[in-house]
This record gives sequence, C-alpha cells and structure tokens, in this order.
Amino acid sequence: MTAPAPDTDSFAGRDLISMRDYKRDELLAFLDEATFYEGYQEPLLKGKVLASLFFEPSTRTQLSFASAMQRLGGSTLGFSDAKLSSMAKGESLSDTIRVVESYCDIILIRHPREGAARLASESTSLPVINAGDGTNQHPSQTLLDLYTVRQTRGRLDNLKIAFIGDLKYSRTVHSLIETLTHFDNEIFLVSPQSLRTPPEFIEELDARGTVYTEDEDFFSIASDVDIIYTTRIQQERFPDPIEYEKVKNAYRIDREAIERVGADVTLMHPLPRLNEISTDLDDYPGAAYFDQAKNGVTVRKAILSLLLGASR
Amino acid sequence: MTEKGAAEPLIRVSALSEGTVIDHLVAGTALKVLDILGIEFEGAVTIGMNLESRKMGQKDIIKIEHREVSPNEVAKIAVVSPRASFSIIRDFKVVEKFSPTPPKLIEGLIWCKNPSCISREDRVKSKFVVVRMDPLQIRCHYCERSQRKEEIELL
Repeated sequence: MTAPAPDTDSFAGRDLISMRDYKRDELLAFLDEATFYEGYQEPLLKGKVLASLFFEPSTRTQLSFASAMQRLGGSTLGFSDAKLSSMAKGESLSDTIRVVESYCDIILIRHPREGAARLASESTSLPVINAGDGTNQHPSQTLLDLYTVRQTRGRLDNLKIAFIGDLKYSRTVHSLIETLTHFDNEIFLVSPQSLRTPPEFIEELDARGTVYTEDEDFFSIASDVDIIYTTRIQQERFPDPIEYEKVKNAYRIDREAIERVGADVTLMHPLPRLNEISTDLDDYPGAAYFDQAKNGVTVRKAILSLLLGASR
Repeated sequence: MTEKGAAEPLIRVSALSEGTVIDHLVAGTALKVLDILGIEFEGAVTIGMNLESRKMGQKDIIKIEHREVSPNEVAKIAVVSPRASFSIIRDFKVVEKFSPTPPKLIEGLIWCKNPSCISREDRVKSKFVVVRMDPLQIRCHYCERSQRKEEIELL
C-alpha cells in the first residue's frame, strides 16, 4: 500500500545530508515534484541566494546547482577551491558556516572529509545540501539517478539492476544501492575482488531482504537485466599498473557486451567516464548517462525549491 | 574455595562496607572496565574473571571499595558490556541497584575509526547511533561508517 504523498511544505527548512534521513514516500515526493521542473524557468527563487562552498573541486554538481538556481531566478555565490576559503587560514568548518549563513538563504557544501555536511548543518539553521562528503553521501546525485531510472524504465520496482566497476569506493553506488532497498528490485554487484562492495552495505541488503548476487565476471549478470550502472575504476586504487590494465578492460561496456546481456538495457554512469562505456554507444537508445546530467538540473531545481519552501 | 553442597562454586570476598559492585560483565571485559574507571583507587579492588554464570555462561565481576560510578562511566561500561549491573553499597547495604539503559546515541565516548571523518577534527564531539545493542553495532552520526564491538576504541 502506498502512503499518501507528504505535503511539499513539509520539506521547507530541511537539510539534504544523507539518503538515510528520508523515507520512501518522501523520496517519491522529491521525484514527483521534479517532474514539474522539466523546462520550468519562472523566477520562483527571485531574491534567494545559494552559498556554494566547494572545498574540493567538482564540475557537474556545482554547475548544475548554479544553473538550477539561476533558471529559477535566484543567485549563487561561493568558492570552488578550499585554498580560497578562510579554512586555509585555519578557521574551523563550523565557524565558516556561521559566517556564511548571514550571506545566503541556503548552503551547498562539498568537502573531502566524511560527515562535513552533517557538521555544517548543525552549525546553522539554514537548510544545508550535501554535494558530496568524502566517500560517504551525495544525495542529489542519488535523487537524479532515481529520477533517471523512473524516467527510462517507468518504475522503481521489479527491476534487475547491475552495478559494475569500483563498488568499494564509489559513494554514488553505495548511496543508490542503499536507497534502492526501499524498493523491490534484484541487484547484481560486479567488481574485481579488490573493489567489492563493503560488508556494511551487503549487511544492509541482507537486513532489508533485497535479492542480490556478487560476482567478478560481467557476463555472470542475467541476460534480461534492465539497467547497467557503471562507475570509473580509478588507477590510483591499484598499486600494480598491470593489474589496473587487466581490470579496466574487463569491465568495459561496448556493443558486443550490450548484445550479450540484452538489447533493451538502460546504461547509466555518473560521469566523468574514461573508457568504461565505449563512445560508439552514445547513440544507443538505452544510453542514459547524458540524460542523467540533464536531469541533474531538473532534480536540483526541485531540491532547492522544496528546501527553500518556495511554492510553484 | 568451594562451599560444600553449593550448586555453583562461590568465591569468598570480604563484604564491602562502601563502594560499587559491577556484576554481569561480559567475560574478559573486567580489565577494560577498570581502564574506564581509572586505577587511582584508594580502596581494595576485587576482580573475578571468567566466572561461571547461569545467565551468561561466563561473566566477569568487579568490586571496588570506597568508589561510586558516575553516569558517564556507566555509559562507557554499557558500551563494552551492555548487560552489566551496578550495585551501590553504603554501610554494608545495597542502597541502589541498576542496569544501564541501552543508549540510542553515544556521545563523546568513542573515537571514530575512520581517519577521514570530520569528527576527528578538533572541537567536534563524536556521536554514534546505536544500530544494534547485542552484539553492539554503532554508526557514526557524521561519517555514517559502522563499527562493531571489537573495533570500538573508547576516548
């Protein structure tokens, strides 16, 4: 039975730090709200200011939040390099947030240390959005991934979803796997032995009764898989460059791979990609990775509006 | 030192005039508990380890003379031994007996094992959400990493 959708006003003033803080019906409310923002450009957030504090570089997340803010008539200030902030002078994160809160209405933060966004949210009464805290969470990415899944497959339940690549360090994958436990899906976890999903996430899948399979071989995944979600395998995770070369090519998706697992598969990737997905698949109908980037702005418009309590 | 005819072996220790008896400690945790309490006691300390227990199979017990425990110490002991029971003795009588209430949130007691967690920075008090009490599993409120009992390092 589906719970009634929460009132959109109930999101006003809340933080978006971790997917753990939101229930299934609230996640769906975010996605439903986002559908109204496809192409929406009214000055809903006129006069509102987003402080975008990037203690670590990012292209997509920072630009898509800035784009979402500007498309809704708001403005953005901030920095994209920790060296430009007062923290370079030794200021604590809490103090930085207390100062910044007087300049803005909502705070977006990316930080290399896990838990930084949570700490930031405890230092201000303004809503705080986590744009990535170390290897922990990146909730706006998870919401746009869910949005893309629903957009391409028409549902969030009864799907076979394969995650491929670095399942150990990818916060995008961790957060999405965890969030998918709210829904009834079958999960395939395909990675080299050294980059397997951490045990705490496996325990969570067990605790939630999610059906999953772990394997090293890409072709072990079911032939009728609905979604392949690949991530970049980073060379620095491998002390031996020869090992890296072997692994890199074993998880590359090309036309042949697609034909073997089924033609009607949606291909997702958080980008940037190296060679995980062959560029000759870019015109493949199931290629959804550029849609994910596009959906980033749509979903982030909904996030900003909901947390700022702006009514459409 | 077994009492003839008794169902379980008894250990004779002199009765406490004043102090604390901490019973039902998980076997093997008594030294850790003493570490939590510090070792600057003036009175006598009696430690029993790996004693037979009907309820627990094996248990540890500590009797400390002239010393009562603070709420903060009780919370820390509950982390290493969730079913511990405390008896406060005054004038040879038990004046108070309690078991720690399993906390939902453990604040300022545990060091996060994740070196990249923001709580390891200065001026941040560590916070852990108790996911499961027995066996203990906790999750850092900040970095969201889980820790099992054997990984826990008290501050």
